[in-house]
Amino acid sequence: MSNSVGHHVNIWLRPTTVWVALVLLGLANLGSAYLPLNALPLNLVIAAIMVILLWLLLMDLIGSAALIRLIAVAGLVWLSFMFALTFSDYLSRACEAQGGDRPAALCVDRKINWGAF
Amino acid sequence: MSDAAASLREPWPDLDRQREGVSVGIWLFIVSEMLFFGALFLGYAVYRTLYPEAFRIAGAETAVSYGSVNLLLLLTSSVTMTIAVDASRQARRRTAIICLALTMLLGAAFLIFKGLEYSLDIAKGLFPGADFPLQPPQTQLFWALYWVMTGVHAIHLAIGVGIVGVFAWVLWRRVLPIESPAIVGVATYWHFVDTVWIILFPLLYLVNRS
Repeated sequence: MSNSVGHHVNIWLRPTTVWVALVLLGLANLGSAYLPLNALPLNLVIAAIMVILLWLLLMDLIGSAALIRLIAVAGLVWLSFMFALTFSDYLSRACEAQGGDRPAALCVDRKINWGAF
Repeated sequence: MSDAAASLREPWPDLDRQREGVSVGIWLFIVSEMLFFGALFLGYAVYRTLYPEAFRIAGAETAVSYGSVNLLLLLTSSVTMTIAVDASRQARRRTAIICLALTMLLGAAFLIFKGLEYSLDIAKGLFPGADFPLQPPQTQLFWALYWVMTGVHAIHLAIGVGIVGVFAWVLWRRVLPIESPAIVGVATYWHFVDTVWIILFPLLYLVNRS
C-alpha cells in the first residue's frame, strides 16, 4: 500500500468517488444487456473497467510497490496463457472433432494431411 | 508505547515496509485464487463457445434482480473496507471499526440474498439432474457452472465475513493495535472476492436479456 493516506487527508473522497463510478458502470452493464444487440463483449468490457478501477484505486495497486504490481500482472499473464492454450486447441479442431452446436461456419473444417508431419 | 510502535514486528524497519510485506504475501495468495477461479471461467467460456444456444436459453432463467442487488452490496462493501484501511493508517480507531462492521454486515446481507435466490432457483427446479426443466440438455452445463461458481464465491465471501468480523472484534478489544498492517491483507482478500462477483455478474445474470 502507498503512503498516500497520511494524516489530515480526507479518507472519504476517493472511495466514495470510485463507488459512484462503479455503481454507474454496474448500471450501464445491466442496462446494456437489455438492448437489442449481442451485449456480451460490451458487458465484459464494462466489467473489466470496473475491475481495473477497483484494483487500481481501492486495492491501491496504483500506489503500491513495483513488486506488488508485478505479482498482480504475473497472475493475469498466467491466466491469459491458460485461456490462450485451451482455446488454441478447441477453436482449431475440425468440425467433427469439436462437438457442440456451434454454427458450422465457425469451426475449422479442413482436412489435415497428417502424412506431412 | 505508541500504537504504531506496537504494530511493528521483526524484521521490518518500519510500518510501511511491514505493510508491503503483508501485501506481497496476500497478493501471492490472490494470484493462486485468480487461477482457481480462472479455471472455472475458462470452463464457462469453452462450453458457452460450444453451446451458445443452450447457454442463451439457460442464462435467461437467472434472477437478475438478486444478482444486481448483490453487486451493489459488494461494491459498497469494498468502499467501506477501503475507508477502514485508510482510517486504520490514520489511527482513527472508531471510524475503522465502524467501517469494518459495515463491511461485515454488507457481506452478510449478500449471503442472505444469495440464500433467497438459491431457494428460488431450487423451487424452479434449476438444479442439474433427471428432472431438469430446460432443453436442450446442455442447459444443465450452464446451471452446473452457476451452482459451482456462485457456491465457491459464497464460501469465499462467508470466510471473508468471518475474518472481517474477527478483525473488527480484536481491534475493538485492543488485542491488535489500530494501525496493524494485517488489515491490508484482510482488505485485499475482500476486494478480490468483490472482483470475482463483478466478473460473474455479466456471465451469469446478463445473458439473453434483450
